[in-house]
Amino acid sequence: MFKAKLKEAVLCLSAGRVTLKYPFAPSDVPPKFRGRIMFDAHKCIGCGGCANVCPPRCIVMEDMGEVTRITFYLERCIQCARCHEVCPEDAVWPTEQFETATPDKSDLTSDMTVWMSSCQRCGRCFESDNAIDKFRSKRWRGRGPGEANKHGIFPTKPPIYFEPPKQLVREEEDL
Amino acid sequence: MIPELCKKMFPKSLWLFHTNCGSCNGCDIEVIDVLTPYYDVERFGMKLVGSPRHADALVVTGGVTRQVAPALRRLYEATPDPKVVIAVGACAVGGNIWFDTYNMLGGADKVIPVNMYIPGCPARPEAIIYGAALALGLVPKKMFAQHEEHLPTGFNLDEYVKEWQDVPVVTRG
Repeated sequence: MFKAKLKEAVLCLSAGRVTLKYPFAPSDVPPKFRGRIMFDAHKCIGCGGCANVCPPRCIVMEDMGEVTRITFYLERCIQCARCHEVCPEDAVWPTEQFETATPDKSDLTSDMTVWMSSCQRCGRCFESDNAIDKFRSKRWRGRGPGEANKHGIFPTKPPIYFEPPKQLVREEEDL
Repeated sequence: MIPELCKKMFPKSLWLFHTNCGSCNGCDIEVIDVLTPYYDVERFGMKLVGSPRHADALVVTGGVTRQVAPALRRLYEATPDPKVVIAVGACAVGGNIWFDTYNMLGGADKVIPVNMYIPGCPARPEAIIYGAALALGLVPKKMFAQHEEHLPTGFNLDEYVKEWQDVPVVTRG
């Protein structure tokens, strides 16, 4: 009886402390963790793929002629990262931030505004100067073989290689 | 402001009343997870109580369904002042994928005032602890809205948006 109690005590003592020190020490997230989504307006081409696939419709696109505004209602984001999956330019990606608690709901509504220019023939909008210039820039789907993902979080998509025809390359214009 | 108020109003322990307002149980499991020895939110004196009359804080999970909305309202009124309402999970914060359905009101703040929003589907146990610690003023706030724009220089966005505000969406473009 006493021996059993002693054994139990030793077991309990040897286990040590299991409680996480979390709020006072940083907590690691598992690999491929999907947290709060972030975006880059300079990479976005305004194709609307993310808004199309978003299950809770937390990405809303507003077409305002020459300007497209994309609003992210992060309050109902379910962090499925479908937007990252379909984005051809990696303009939206999940970060590892899970500390998203806030007393103010306006912190949860993000937006980006992208300038579009209109086609001379049909009058519809397309993404301005970068469309061709991005072909030249290294940033455009520019992950060579063996390079790490630029966000370092998600597994890379297979890179697409594209050589632009030289006569299409024009001088850089000021945006 | 809320952390300072919390420090003044709840100097010792925060007792929680957990209510499920049409949640899928994902967030409920995470809330229970937070109370286990591994995460141990009882370090801060928090514990679940069985009645809203004993509670200082309401933990709401689930986008509020039509049937449960009056009950939630009564629950809020039964909780003695001062009280804190913590919405856990994407449903309670913004309605999740049911934000515009007929039987969900889409968020706890449609019925009762909410003091702390903890989004996530479900919210991580660490995220819930962070929300609790933020409410108690132990950690700094880390969530900020992101506003970005890629516009030509000299473009007046505000005026441009004003022009488009009155145009119906159907006739745009």
